[in-house]
Amino acid sequence: MAFELPALPYAHDALEPYISAVTLQFHHLKHHQAYVNNVNNLIVGTPFENATLEEIVRKADGGIFNNGAQVYNHTFYFEQFAADGCREPQGELKAAIEKDFGSTEAFKEQFNKAAATLFGSGWAWLVKTADGRLEIVQTSNAGCPLRDGKTPLLTCDVWEHAYYLDKQNLRPKYIEDFWKVVDWQVISKRFSA
Amino acid sequence: MAFELPKLSYSYSALEPHIDARTMEIHHTKHHAAYTNNLNAAVQGTNVSNKRIEEIMAVVSKLPVAIRNNGGGYYNHNLYWEILTPGGANAPHGVLLDAINDSFGSVDSFKEAFVKAAVTRFGSGWAWLIQKENKLVVSSTPNQDNPLMDVAEVQGTPILGIDVWEHAYYLNYQNRRPDYVEAFWNLINWDEVARRFKG
Repeated sequence: MAFELPALPYAHDALEPYISAVTLQFHHLKHHQAYVNNVNNLIVGTPFENATLEEIVRKADGGIFNNGAQVYNHTFYFEQFAADGCREPQGELKAAIEKDFGSTEAFKEQFNKAAATLFGSGWAWLVKTADGRLEIVQTSNAGCPLRDGKTPLLTCDVWEHAYYLDKQNLRPKYIEDFWKVVDWQVISKRFSA
Repeated sequence: MAFELPKLSYSYSALEPHIDARTMEIHHTKHHAAYTNNLNAAVQGTNVSNKRIEEIMAVVSKLPVAIRNNGGGYYNHNLYWEILTPGGANAPHGVLLDAINDSFGSVDSFKEAFVKAAVTRFGSGWAWLIQKENKLVVSSTPNQDNPLMDVAEVQGTPILGIDVWEHAYYLNYQNRRPDYVEAFWNLINWDEVARRFKG
């Protein structure tokens, strides 16, 4: 069964001026779509032909992993934004962040550092570990914390294609604007799931 | 002695339409400059602070990762600017042409291998034409690694390299990396590549 490119839960221009419509169009309709097409082509005739995306992320290698995990990562990334979202952690998630990082500010500072210092292409993540703690991790290229048995809650794509048309070399500026479009209601649902 | 950002021997607009002036300016004055500054900071107080960049590359596995990343970024961009020239120069010739034919069968087969390496490098990185003794090989490296590094899968002397970090082409080509790689072919300074080849 072929994977399909998910529609975004908002218009391509909904995150302006923080993420431009042209960036989102390329990111979703070209990059995300290419990963979908590539994984669909690569799984034919392999043990992953009928696998779920999560199974591919956990077990596949090479091109099937790279493209499958990038489909997963991008879907996860796009789903966490909203034009009029909740811009601060709430409720139980807020309490967990304060317990594990000291404060929301301290958490953001650590997350920003992880996103800014990942060298090359990759992702920064807030994850929940098997024993329920929150952690910040970095992954290179298509890397995904699911593979290490961690539950992803929030992610920042720091491949240059995520921000180069808008911010060029200024990755920290992109990360600063990233917070202005995250919808913490989505992150809370992932945390409670 | 600090590493210095080299001046380019052509203007930022000189490689248009294949590489646009804005990409060139940001690539040189922001990305390459940052690698240079970060390298200088990273080597300070280490036992390689007075070494040549090639010597540093050869022992990079024993050094802090900031030297590997920024030293590679410094060296790789130096090479990239030098093997480019407005309109390209010449074609493979002389002993270099012989070596290409010996190693790949033909210039077309070499180009095919090089383009494939550049297009299929997943994530950020570089594709290379490398001299290994009397043979030439094509390879690619992740991020700012290069064939001079003792950590490289294929080691040797790089004589041609293409930057396939998205910052090298995104303003002009966006997701179309193959178009950038094809355009790059119009800009290669084969006289410089031949100079780097030790026949």
